[in-house]
Amino acid sequence: MHICIWVARGAGGAIVFFARAVTAVQAVWTGTDPTLDRQRVYFANHASHGDFILIWSALPPRLRKKVRPVAGADYWGRDRLRRFVGLDVFNAILIARNGDERTVDPVAQMAGALDQGASLIVFPEGTRNLTDELLLPLKSGLYHLARSRPDIDLVPVWIENLNRVLPKGAIIPVPLMCRVIFGAALRLPPEDTRDEFLARVRDALLALSPKAEAGR
Amino acid sequence: MTDTQSDLFVVIAGIGGVLVIASLVGLVLKRRLSPDGRNEAIENLNARIRAWWVMAIAISIAFLGDRTGVIILFALCSFAALREFMTLTNATRADHRSLAAVFFIVLPVQYYLVWVQWYGMFSIFIPIWVFLFLPIVSALSGNTRNFLIRVAEMQWALMICVFCVSHVPALLNLTIPGYEGRGVLLIAFLVIVVQLSDVLQYVWGKMVGRRKIAPLLSPSKTVEGFIGGSLSATLIGAGLWWMTPFSPVQAGLMSFAITLMGFLGGLVMSAIKRDRGVKDWGHSIAGHGGFIDRLDSVIFAAPVFFHLNRYFWSVT
Repeated sequence: MHICIWVARGAGGAIVFFARAVTAVQAVWTGTDPTLDRQRVYFANHASHGDFILIWSALPPRLRKKVRPVAGADYWGRDRLRRFVGLDVFNAILIARNGDERTVDPVAQMAGALDQGASLIVFPEGTRNLTDELLLPLKSGLYHLARSRPDIDLVPVWIENLNRVLPKGAIIPVPLMCRVIFGAALRLPPEDTRDEFLARVRDALLALSPKAEAGR
Repeated sequence: MTDTQSDLFVVIAGIGGVLVIASLVGLVLKRRLSPDGRNEAIENLNARIRAWWVMAIAISIAFLGDRTGVIILFALCSFAALREFMTLTNATRADHRSLAAVFFIVLPVQYYLVWVQWYGMFSIFIPIWVFLFLPIVSALSGNTRNFLIRVAEMQWALMICVFCVSHVPALLNLTIPGYEGRGVLLIAFLVIVVQLSDVLQYVWGKMVGRRKIAPLLSPSKTVEGFIGGSLSATLIGAGLWWMTPFSPVQAGLMSFAITLMGFLGGLVMSAIKRDRGVKDWGHSIAGHGGFIDRLDSVIFAAPVFFHLNRYFWSVT
Protein backbone atom coordinates (compact mmCIF):
# COMPACT_ATOMS: atom_id res chain seq x y z
CA MET A 1 0.00 0.00 0.00
CA HIS A 2 2.75 2.42 1.00
CA ILE A 3 4.78 1.54 -2.08
CA CYS A 4 1.74 2.32 -4.19
CA ILE A 5 1.52 5.83 -2.70
CA TRP A 6 5.21 6.48 -3.34
CA VAL A 7 4.94 5.24 -6.93
CA ALA A 8 1.92 7.50 -7.46
CA ARG A 9 3.78 10.47 -5.97
CA GLY A 10 6.84 9.77 -8.10
CA ALA A 11 4.67 9.49 -11.19
CA GLY A 12 2.97 12.79 -10.26
CA GLY A 13 6.35 14.50 -9.94
CA ALA A 14 7.51 13.04 -13.26
CA ILE A 15 4.34 14.21 -15.01
CA VAL A 16 4.74 17.74 -13.60
CA PHE A 17 8.40 17.79 -14.68
CA PHE A 18 7.46 16.63 -18.18
CA ALA A 19 4.64 19.18 -18.45
CA ARG A 20 7.03 21.95 -17.40
CA ALA A 21 9.74 20.81 -19.85
CA VAL A 22 7.31 20.85 -22.75
CA THR A 23 5.31 23.98 -21.94
CA ALA A 24 7.37 26.02 -19.42
CA VAL A 25 3.93 26.67 -17.93
CA GLN A 26 3.55 30.05 -16.28
CA ALA A 27 0.77 30.73 -13.78
CA VAL A 28 -0.67 34.23 -14.04
CA TRP A 29 -2.85 35.23 -11.07
CA THR A 30 -5.21 38.14 -11.69
CA GLY A 31 -7.70 38.89 -8.96
CA THR A 32 -7.22 35.71 -6.89
CA ASP A 33 -4.50 35.40 -4.27
CA PRO A 34 -2.60 32.09 -4.68
CA THR A 35 -1.06 32.41 -1.20
CA LEU A 36 -4.49 32.19 0.46
CA ASP A 37 -5.22 28.58 1.31
CA ARG A 38 -8.92 28.63 0.38
CA GLN A 39 -11.23 26.01 -0.94
CA ARG A 40 -12.10 26.78 -4.55
CA VAL A 41 -13.66 25.39 -7.69
CA TYR A 42 -11.37 26.14 -10.64
CA PHE A 43 -13.31 26.07 -13.91
CA ALA A 44 -11.39 26.16 -17.18
CA ASN A 45 -11.61 25.95 -20.95
CA HIS A 46 -11.01 22.43 -22.22
CA ALA A 47 -9.14 21.68 -25.44
CA SER A 48 -6.76 18.87 -24.58
CA HIS A 49 -6.39 15.79 -22.38
CA GLY A 50 -3.46 17.59 -20.76
CA ASP A 51 -5.59 20.45 -19.42
CA PHE A 52 -5.96 19.40 -15.80
CA ILE A 53 -2.32 18.30 -15.70
CA LEU A 54 -1.32 21.82 -16.73
CA ILE A 55 -3.53 23.47 -14.09
CA TRP A 56 -2.20 21.00 -11.53
CA SER A 57 1.40 21.87 -12.51
CA ALA A 58 0.68 25.59 -12.37
CA LEU A 59 -0.81 25.51 -8.86
CA PRO A 60 1.49 26.12 -5.87
CA PRO A 61 2.26 22.77 -4.16
CA ARG A 62 0.19 23.68 -1.09
CA LEU A 63 -2.96 24.18 -3.18
CA ARG A 64 -2.09 21.22 -5.40
CA LYS A 65 -2.36 18.83 -2.46
CA LYS A 66 -6.03 19.61 -1.93
CA VAL A 67 -7.20 19.86 -5.52
CA ARG A 68 -9.14 17.09 -7.30
CA PRO A 69 -9.83 17.19 -11.04
CA VAL A 70 -13.28 16.14 -12.22
CA ALA A 71 -12.92 13.93 -15.30
CA GLY A 72 -14.95 11.69 -17.58
CA ALA A 73 -15.18 8.11 -16.34
CA ASP A 74 -15.53 6.87 -19.93
CA TYR A 75 -12.00 8.12 -20.75
CA TRP A 76 -10.05 7.91 -17.49
CA GLY A 77 -11.56 4.62 -16.38
CA ARG A 78 -10.89 2.82 -19.65
CA ASP A 79 -7.74 0.85 -18.77
CA ARG A 80 -5.38 0.21 -15.86
CA LEU A 81 -2.80 2.85 -16.81
CA ARG A 82 -5.42 5.59 -17.16
CA ARG A 83 -7.09 4.54 -13.91
CA PHE A 84 -3.70 4.67 -12.18
CA VAL A 85 -2.96 8.17 -13.53
CA GLY A 86 -6.49 9.45 -12.98
CA LEU A 87 -7.27 7.95 -9.57
CA ASP A 88 -3.94 7.24 -7.85
CA VAL A 89 -1.81 10.09 -9.16
CA PHE A 90 -4.32 12.91 -9.53
CA ASN A 91 -7.03 11.68 -7.14
CA ALA A 92 -9.61 12.53 -9.79
CA ILE A 93 -13.36 12.34 -9.33
CA LEU A 94 -14.60 10.25 -12.23
CA ILE A 95 -18.09 11.13 -13.37
CA ALA A 96 -20.40 9.52 -15.92
CA ARG A 97 -20.90 12.05 -18.69
CA ASN A 98 -23.81 10.37 -20.47
CA GLY A 99 -27.11 10.71 -18.62
CA ASP A 100 -28.32 7.18 -19.37
CA GLU A 101 -25.18 5.50 -17.94
CA ARG A 102 -25.50 7.30 -14.63
CA THR A 103 -25.97 5.51 -11.37
CA VAL A 104 -24.71 8.41 -9.23
CA ASP A 105 -25.43 12.10 -9.75
CA PRO A 106 -22.18 13.90 -10.76
CA VAL A 107 -23.21 17.07 -8.92
CA ALA A 108 -23.69 15.03 -5.73
CA GLN A 109 -20.22 13.47 -6.24
CA MET A 110 -18.62 16.93 -6.61
CA ALA A 111 -20.55 18.38 -3.68
CA GLY A 112 -19.46 15.40 -1.57
CA ALA A 113 -15.80 16.08 -2.38
CA LEU A 114 -16.25 19.76 -1.50
CA ASP A 115 -17.78 18.75 1.84
CA GLN A 116 -14.62 16.74 2.55
CA GLY A 117 -12.55 19.91 2.06
CA ALA A 118 -11.21 19.32 -1.46
CA SER A 119 -10.90 21.96 -4.16
CA LEU A 120 -12.03 20.98 -7.65
CA ILE A 121 -10.92 21.45 -11.24
CA VAL A 122 -13.90 21.32 -13.61
CA PHE A 123 -14.38 21.87 -17.33
CA PRO A 124 -17.87 23.33 -17.80
CA GLU A 125 -17.81 22.72 -21.56
CA GLY A 126 -18.19 19.06 -20.65
CA THR A 127 -15.98 17.79 -23.44
CA ARG A 128 -12.84 18.81 -25.32
CA ASN A 129 -13.26 21.78 -27.65
CA LEU A 130 -11.89 20.68 -31.01
CA THR A 131 -13.43 23.55 -33.00
CA ASP A 132 -11.96 26.91 -33.89
CA GLU A 133 -14.39 28.63 -31.48
CA LEU A 134 -12.85 29.83 -28.22
CA LEU A 135 -15.48 28.05 -26.11
CA LEU A 136 -18.23 25.49 -26.66
CA PRO A 137 -21.69 26.10 -25.15
CA LEU A 138 -21.44 25.42 -21.40
CA LYS A 139 -23.19 22.53 -19.65
CA SER A 140 -25.34 23.23 -16.64
CA GLY A 141 -23.28 21.18 -14.15
CA LEU A 142 -21.41 24.16 -12.75
CA TYR A 143 -24.73 25.97 -12.16
CA HIS A 144 -26.17 23.05 -10.21
CA LEU A 145 -22.96 22.71 -8.20
CA ALA A 146 -23.01 26.43 -7.38
CA ARG A 147 -26.69 26.15 -6.36
CA SER A 148 -25.99 23.28 -3.98
CA ARG A 149 -22.80 24.83 -2.45
CA PRO A 150 -23.27 28.62 -2.87
CA ASP A 151 -20.49 29.64 -0.42
CA ILE A 152 -17.59 28.33 -2.47
CA ASP A 153 -15.41 30.59 -4.64
CA LEU A 154 -15.57 29.78 -8.34
CA VAL A 155 -12.31 30.77 -10.03
CA PRO A 156 -12.18 31.10 -13.84
CA VAL A 157 -9.02 29.68 -15.43
CA TRP A 158 -7.89 30.19 -19.01
CA ILE A 159 -5.44 27.70 -20.49
CA GLU A 160 -3.52 29.26 -23.33
CA ASN A 161 -1.83 27.39 -26.17
CA LEU A 162 -2.12 23.81 -24.93
CA ASN A 163 -4.34 22.93 -27.91
CA ARG A 164 -1.37 23.80 -30.13
CA VAL A 165 0.95 21.60 -28.05
CA LEU A 166 -1.27 18.55 -28.35
CA PRO A 167 -3.90 19.00 -31.07
CA LYS A 168 -6.61 16.44 -31.77
CA GLY A 169 -5.26 13.05 -32.76
CA ALA A 170 -1.62 13.92 -32.05
CA ILE A 171 0.42 11.60 -29.85
CA ILE A 172 3.69 13.54 -29.63
CA PRO A 173 3.39 16.88 -27.83
CA VAL A 174 5.23 19.77 -29.46
CA PRO A 175 7.07 22.07 -27.06
CA LEU A 176 5.43 25.51 -26.96
CA MET A 177 5.11 28.00 -24.10
CA CYS A 178 1.79 27.82 -22.23
CA ARG A 179 0.17 30.09 -19.70
CA VAL A 180 -2.51 29.32 -17.17
CA ILE A 181 -4.38 32.52 -16.28
CA PHE A 182 -6.41 32.58 -13.05
CA GLY A 183 -9.13 35.26 -12.81
CA ALA A 184 -11.13 36.80 -9.97
CA ALA A 185 -13.45 34.46 -8.06
CA LEU A 186 -17.19 34.66 -8.61
CA ARG A 187 -20.22 33.19 -6.83
CA LEU A 188 -23.75 32.42 -7.82
CA PRO A 189 -25.96 35.47 -7.22
CA PRO A 190 -29.19 34.06 -5.64
CA GLU A 191 -31.45 35.74 -8.21
CA ASP A 192 -29.59 34.33 -11.26
CA THR A 193 -31.38 31.91 -13.56
CA ARG A 194 -29.40 29.05 -15.03
CA ASP A 195 -28.84 30.81 -18.36
CA GLU A 196 -27.89 34.12 -16.75
CA PHE A 197 -25.34 32.38 -14.57
CA LEU A 198 -23.83 30.35 -17.42
CA ALA A 199 -23.51 33.54 -19.50
CA ARG A 200 -21.70 35.10 -16.53
CA VAL A 201 -19.36 32.12 -16.31
CA ARG A 202 -18.70 32.26 -20.04
CA ASP A 203 -17.87 35.98 -19.93
CA ALA A 204 -15.54 35.43 -16.97
CA LEU A 205 -13.62 32.81 -18.96
CA LEU A 206 -13.47 34.78 -22.21
CA ALA A 207 -12.31 37.90 -20.35
CA LEU A 208 -9.11 36.00 -19.50
CA SER A 209 -8.40 34.89 -23.06
CA PRO A 210 -5.72 37.00 -24.77
CA LYS A 211 -7.21 36.00 -28.13
CA ALA A 212 -10.72 37.22 -27.29
CA GLU A 213 -9.10 40.45 -26.08
CA ALA A 214 -7.22 40.92 -29.37
CA GLY A 215 -10.33 40.19 -31.43
CA ARG A 216 -12.36 42.86 -29.70
CA MET B 1 46.35 20.30 -14.03
CA THR B 2 46.76 21.36 -17.64
CA ASP B 3 47.20 24.94 -18.84
CA THR B 4 43.67 24.94 -20.23
CA GLN B 5 42.21 23.84 -16.92
CA SER B 6 44.13 26.36 -14.87
CA ASP B 7 43.16 29.15 -17.29
CA LEU B 8 39.56 27.97 -17.08
CA PHE B 9 39.65 28.18 -13.29
CA VAL B 10 41.02 31.73 -13.53
CA VAL B 11 38.13 32.63 -15.86
CA ILE B 12 35.50 31.02 -13.62
CA ALA B 13 36.99 32.68 -10.53
CA GLY B 14 37.00 36.00 -12.39
CA ILE B 15 33.32 35.66 -13.32
CA GLY B 16 32.55 34.69 -9.72
CA GLY B 17 34.44 37.77 -8.48
CA VAL B 18 32.52 40.09 -10.79
CA LEU B 19 29.22 38.55 -9.64
CA VAL B 20 30.16 38.91 -5.96
CA ILE B 21 30.83 42.62 -6.56
CA ALA B 22 27.56 42.95 -8.54
CA SER B 23 25.62 41.24 -5.73
CA LEU B 24 27.18 43.57 -3.11
CA VAL B 25 26.34 46.64 -5.21
CA GLY B 26 22.81 45.29 -5.64
CA LEU B 27 22.51 44.77 -1.88
CA VAL B 28 23.69 48.32 -1.09
CA LEU B 29 21.33 49.82 -3.69
CA LYS B 30 18.46 47.80 -2.23
CA ARG B 31 19.22 48.99 1.33
CA ARG B 32 19.46 52.62 0.19
CA LEU B 33 16.78 52.97 -2.48
CA SER B 34 14.37 50.08 -2.11
CA PRO B 35 14.28 48.84 1.50
CA ASP B 36 10.62 47.82 1.18
CA GLY B 37 11.09 46.23 -2.25
CA ARG B 38 9.07 48.90 -4.06
CA ASN B 39 11.69 50.31 -6.46
CA GLU B 40 11.12 48.30 -9.61
CA ALA B 41 14.43 49.15 -11.29
CA ILE B 42 16.39 47.94 -8.25
CA GLU B 43 14.27 44.80 -7.83
CA ASN B 44 14.75 44.00 -11.51
CA LEU B 45 18.50 44.60 -11.22
CA ASN B 46 18.72 42.19 -8.28
CA ALA B 47 16.57 39.59 -10.05
CA ARG B 48 18.93 39.89 -13.01
CA ILE B 49 22.01 39.43 -10.83
CA ARG B 50 20.50 36.35 -9.19
CA ALA B 51 19.73 34.90 -12.62
CA TRP B 52 23.31 35.70 -13.69
CA TRP B 53 24.57 33.52 -10.85
CA VAL B 54 22.49 30.61 -12.09
CA MET B 55 23.65 31.14 -15.70
CA ALA B 56 27.31 31.47 -14.66
CA ILE B 57 27.13 28.30 -12.58
CA ALA B 58 25.41 26.39 -15.42
CA ILE B 59 28.01 27.46 -17.97
CA SER B 60 30.91 26.76 -15.57
CA ILE B 61 29.65 23.21 -15.02
CA ALA B 62 29.36 22.81 -18.80
CA PHE B 63 32.94 24.07 -19.29
CA LEU B 64 34.24 21.63 -16.69
CA GLY B 65 32.33 18.87 -18.54
CA ASP B 66 34.32 19.86 -21.63
CA ARG B 67 32.96 18.81 -25.09
CA THR B 68 30.00 16.82 -23.79
CA GLY B 69 29.02 19.49 -21.29
CA VAL B 70 29.21 22.35 -23.77
CA ILE B 71 27.29 20.51 -26.52
CA ILE B 72 24.52 19.47 -24.10
CA LEU B 73 24.26 22.98 -22.64
CA PHE B 74 23.85 24.68 -26.02
CA ALA B 75 21.48 21.98 -27.28
CA LEU B 76 19.29 22.74 -24.26
CA CYS B 77 19.57 26.49 -24.99
CA SER B 78 18.50 25.81 -28.59
CA PHE B 79 15.54 23.78 -27.31
CA ALA B 80 14.40 26.55 -24.95
CA ALA B 81 14.90 29.23 -27.61
CA LEU B 82 13.05 27.26 -30.26
CA ARG B 83 10.16 26.67 -27.85
CA GLU B 84 9.87 30.43 -27.31
CA PHE B 85 10.23 31.28 -31.01
CA MET B 86 7.69 28.73 -32.29
CA THR B 87 5.14 29.96 -29.75
CA LEU B 88 5.03 33.34 -31.50
CA THR B 89 4.68 31.98 -35.04
CA ASN B 90 1.59 31.19 -37.14
CA ALA B 91 2.21 27.44 -36.98
CA THR B 92 -1.15 25.64 -36.91
CA ARG B 93 -2.39 22.12 -36.26
CA ALA B 94 -1.45 21.27 -39.84
CA ASP B 95 2.21 21.89 -38.96
CA HIS B 96 2.19 19.52 -36.01
CA ARG B 97 4.29 16.89 -37.79
CA SER B 98 6.78 19.43 -39.10
CA LEU B 99 7.07 20.91 -35.61
CA ALA B 100 7.62 17.53 -34.00
CA ALA B 101 10.33 16.86 -36.60
CA VAL B 102 11.93 20.25 -35.92
CA PHE B 103 12.18 19.63 -32.17
CA PHE B 104 12.88 15.93 -32.03
CA ILE B 105 14.87 15.25 -35.21
CA VAL B 106 16.43 18.42 -36.65
CA LEU B 107 17.69 19.82 -33.34
CA PRO B 108 19.35 16.63 -32.06
CA VAL B 109 20.83 15.86 -35.49
CA GLN B 110 22.42 19.32 -35.75
CA TYR B 111 24.13 18.86 -32.36
CA TYR B 112 25.07 15.29 -33.24
CA LEU B 113 26.86 16.70 -36.31
CA VAL B 114 28.79 19.03 -34.00
CA TRP B 115 29.61 16.04 -31.80
CA VAL B 116 30.97 13.89 -34.67
CA GLN B 117 32.75 16.92 -36.18
CA TRP B 118 31.21 16.48 -39.64
CA TYR B 119 31.67 20.07 -40.76
CA GLY B 120 30.35 19.62 -44.31
CA MET B 121 26.98 18.30 -43.16
CA PHE B 122 26.86 20.61 -40.10
CA SER B 123 26.96 23.66 -42.35
CA ILE B 124 24.36 22.55 -44.93
CA PHE B 125 21.97 20.36 -42.94
CA ILE B 126 19.53 23.11 -41.93
CA PRO B 127 20.16 25.59 -44.79
CA ILE B 128 19.67 22.94 -47.50
CA TRP B 129 18.26 19.57 -46.39
CA VAL B 130 15.80 20.85 -43.82
CA PHE B 131 15.01 23.91 -45.96
CA LEU B 132 13.78 21.60 -48.73
CA PHE B 133 12.17 18.80 -46.76
CA LEU B 134 10.28 20.69 -44.06
CA PRO B 135 7.97 22.50 -46.52
CA ILE B 136 7.34 19.13 -48.17
CA VAL B 137 6.08 17.72 -44.86
CA SER B 138 3.90 20.81 -44.29
CA ALA B 139 2.57 20.73 -47.86
CA LEU B 140 1.52 17.10 -47.50
CA SER B 141 -0.78 18.12 -44.65
CA GLY B 142 -2.88 19.84 -47.32
CA ASN B 143 -3.51 23.08 -45.44
CA THR B 144 -2.47 26.01 -47.67
CA ARG B 145 -3.64 28.90 -45.52
CA ASN B 146 -0.66 31.20 -44.77
CA PHE B 147 1.56 28.46 -46.21
CA LEU B 148 4.53 30.63 -47.18
CA ILE B 149 4.40 32.51 -43.88
CA ARG B 150 4.26 29.28 -41.85
CA VAL B 151 7.09 27.60 -43.73
CA ALA B 152 9.29 30.70 -43.75
CA GLU B 153 8.78 31.26 -40.01
CA MET B 154 9.72 27.70 -39.25
CA GLN B 155 12.91 27.92 -41.32
CA TRP B 156 13.80 31.25 -39.72
CA ALA B 157 13.24 29.83 -36.24
CA LEU B 158 15.56 26.93 -37.04
CA MET B 159 18.28 29.13 -38.50
CA ILE B 160 18.19 31.45 -35.48
CA CYS B 161 17.62 29.06 -32.60
CA VAL B 162 19.44 25.94 -33.79
CA PHE B 163 21.82 26.67 -36.67
CA CYS B 164 23.31 29.90 -35.30
CA VAL B 165 23.42 28.72 -31.68
CA SER B 166 25.15 25.47 -32.69
CA HIS B 167 28.10 27.54 -33.95
CA VAL B 168 29.07 28.15 -30.33
CA PRO B 169 29.96 24.51 -29.50
CA ALA B 170 31.25 24.10 -33.09
CA LEU B 171 34.14 26.37 -32.07
CA LEU B 172 35.52 23.27 -30.31
CA ASN B 173 35.98 21.60 -33.70
CA LEU B 174 38.38 24.19 -35.11
CA THR B 175 42.02 23.19 -35.22
CA ILE B 176 44.14 26.23 -34.45
CA PRO B 177 47.92 25.55 -34.38
CA GLY B 178 49.34 26.15 -30.93
CA TYR B 179 45.80 26.29 -29.45
CA GLU B 180 44.96 22.58 -29.41
CA GLY B 181 42.55 21.49 -26.70
CA ARG B 182 41.79 25.07 -25.63
CA GLY B 183 38.55 25.48 -27.60
CA VAL B 184 36.51 25.80 -24.39
CA LEU B 185 38.39 29.03 -23.64
CA LEU B 186 37.47 30.40 -27.07
CA ILE B 187 33.80 29.80 -26.22
CA ALA B 188 34.29 31.43 -22.82
CA PHE B 189 35.85 34.44 -24.59
CA LEU B 190 32.87 34.77 -26.96
CA VAL B 191 30.26 34.42 -24.23
CA ILE B 192 32.05 36.78 -21.83
CA VAL B 193 32.54 39.53 -24.44
CA VAL B 194 28.95 39.30 -25.74
CA GLN B 195 27.36 39.32 -22.29
CA LEU B 196 29.69 42.02 -20.93
CA SER B 197 28.87 44.15 -23.95
CA ASP B 198 25.13 43.75 -23.25
CA VAL B 199 25.55 44.59 -19.57
CA LEU B 200 27.91 47.52 -20.20
CA GLN B 201 25.59 48.99 -22.86
CA TYR B 202 22.78 48.77 -20.31
CA VAL B 203 24.91 50.40 -17.59
CA TRP B 204 26.29 53.18 -19.86
CA GLY B 205 22.79 53.78 -21.24
CA LYS B 206 21.32 54.13 -17.72
CA MET B 207 24.11 56.48 -16.63
CA VAL B 208 24.68 58.84 -19.58
CA GLY B 209 22.19 57.70 -22.24
CA ARG B 210 20.41 60.62 -23.96
CA ARG B 211 19.86 60.04 -27.69
CA LYS B 212 17.83 56.99 -28.64
CA ILE B 213 19.51 54.96 -31.36
CA ALA B 214 16.44 53.14 -32.71
CA PRO B 215 13.38 54.46 -30.86
CA LEU B 216 10.96 52.40 -32.95
CA LEU B 217 12.74 49.12 -32.25
CA SER B 218 14.12 49.36 -28.78
CA PRO B 219 13.43 52.43 -26.64
CA SER B 220 16.10 51.49 -24.10
CA LYS B 221 19.07 51.50 -26.52
CA THR B 222 20.94 54.81 -26.74
CA VAL B 223 23.86 56.11 -28.80
CA GLU B 224 25.86 56.77 -25.63
CA GLY B 225 25.09 53.31 -24.27
CA PHE B 226 26.14 51.65 -27.52
CA ILE B 227 29.41 53.59 -27.89
CA GLY B 228 30.37 53.34 -24.20
CA GLY B 229 29.34 49.70 -23.92
CA SER B 230 30.94 48.42 -27.10
CA LEU B 231 34.20 50.33 -26.56
CA SER B 232 34.57 49.17 -22.96
CA ALA B 233 33.69 45.58 -23.94
CA THR B 234 36.25 45.80 -26.75
CA LEU B 235 38.92 46.97 -24.29
CA ILE B 236 38.11 44.21 -21.80
CA GLY B 237 38.13 41.72 -24.70
CA ALA B 238 41.60 42.92 -25.73
CA GLY B 239 42.71 42.40 -22.12
CA LEU B 240 41.50 38.78 -22.31
CA TRP B 241 43.82 37.97 -25.25
CA TRP B 242 45.67 35.39 -23.13
CA MET B 243 42.61 33.12 -23.31
CA THR B 244 42.63 33.18 -27.11
CA PRO B 245 44.92 32.38 -30.04
CA PHE B 246 44.92 36.15 -30.84
CA SER B 247 47.37 38.97 -30.12
CA PRO B 248 45.96 41.77 -27.89
CA VAL B 249 45.15 43.93 -30.94
CA GLN B 250 43.51 41.01 -32.75
CA ALA B 251 41.52 40.16 -29.61
CA GLY B 252 40.32 43.77 -29.52
CA LEU B 253 39.23 43.66 -33.18
CA MET B 254 37.47 40.33 -32.64
CA SER B 255 35.72 41.74 -29.58
CA PHE B 256 34.60 44.76 -31.59
CA ALA B 257 33.16 42.49 -34.31
CA ILE B 258 31.39 40.42 -31.61
CA THR B 259 29.89 43.44 -29.85
CA LEU B 260 28.76 45.00 -33.14
CA MET B 261 27.06 41.80 -34.30
CA GLY B 262 25.55 41.34 -30.84
CA PHE B 263 24.11 44.85 -30.86
CA LEU B 264 22.67 44.53 -34.37
CA GLY B 265 21.30 41.07 -33.53
CA GLY B 266 19.54 42.57 -30.52
CA LEU B 267 17.88 45.12 -32.84
CA VAL B 268 16.69 42.43 -35.26
CA MET B 269 15.23 40.33 -32.47
CA SER B 270 13.54 43.44 -31.01
CA ALA B 271 11.94 44.09 -34.40
CA ILE B 272 10.41 40.60 -34.28
CA LYS B 273 9.12 41.16 -30.75
CA ARG B 274 7.56 44.50 -31.79
CA ASP B 275 5.93 42.84 -34.78
CA ARG B 276 4.39 40.17 -32.54
CA GLY B 277 3.42 42.65 -29.84
CA VAL B 278 5.38 41.15 -26.96
CA LYS B 279 7.90 42.73 -24.61
CA ASP B 280 9.90 39.61 -23.84
CA TRP B 281 10.36 36.28 -25.58
CA GLY B 282 9.36 34.31 -22.54
CA HIS B 283 9.33 34.26 -18.76
CA SER B 284 11.80 31.53 -17.88
CA ILE B 285 14.66 33.70 -16.58
CA ALA B 286 13.55 36.02 -13.77
CA GLY B 287 14.38 39.67 -14.54
CA HIS B 288 15.64 38.92 -18.04
CA GLY B 289 12.55 37.54 -19.80
CA GLY B 290 13.07 34.47 -21.94
CA PHE B 291 16.09 32.54 -23.17
CA ILE B 292 16.15 34.41 -26.49
CA ASP B 293 16.29 37.74 -24.63
CA ARG B 294 19.61 36.60 -23.21
CA LEU B 295 20.82 34.70 -26.30
CA ASP B 296 19.92 37.19 -29.05
CA SER B 297 23.35 38.81 -29.26
CA VAL B 298 25.17 35.46 -29.00
CA ILE B 299 23.01 34.18 -31.87
CA PHE B 300 24.21 36.87 -34.26
CA ALA B 301 27.79 37.00 -33.04
CA ALA B 302 28.56 33.26 -32.93
CA PRO B 303 28.53 32.37 -36.66
CA VAL B 304 30.58 35.48 -37.55
CA PHE B 305 33.10 34.75 -34.78
CA PHE B 306 33.23 31.10 -35.89
CA HIS B 307 33.94 31.95 -39.53
CA LEU B 308 36.48 34.67 -38.76
CA ASN B 309 38.36 32.07 -36.74
CA ARG B 310 37.95 29.50 -39.46
CA TYR B 311 39.25 31.76 -42.24
CA PHE B 312 42.14 33.36 -40.41
CA TRP B 313 43.30 30.92 -37.71
CA SER B 314 42.01 27.41 -38.22
CA VAL B 315 43.74 24.92 -40.49
CA THR B 316 40.66 22.68 -40.93
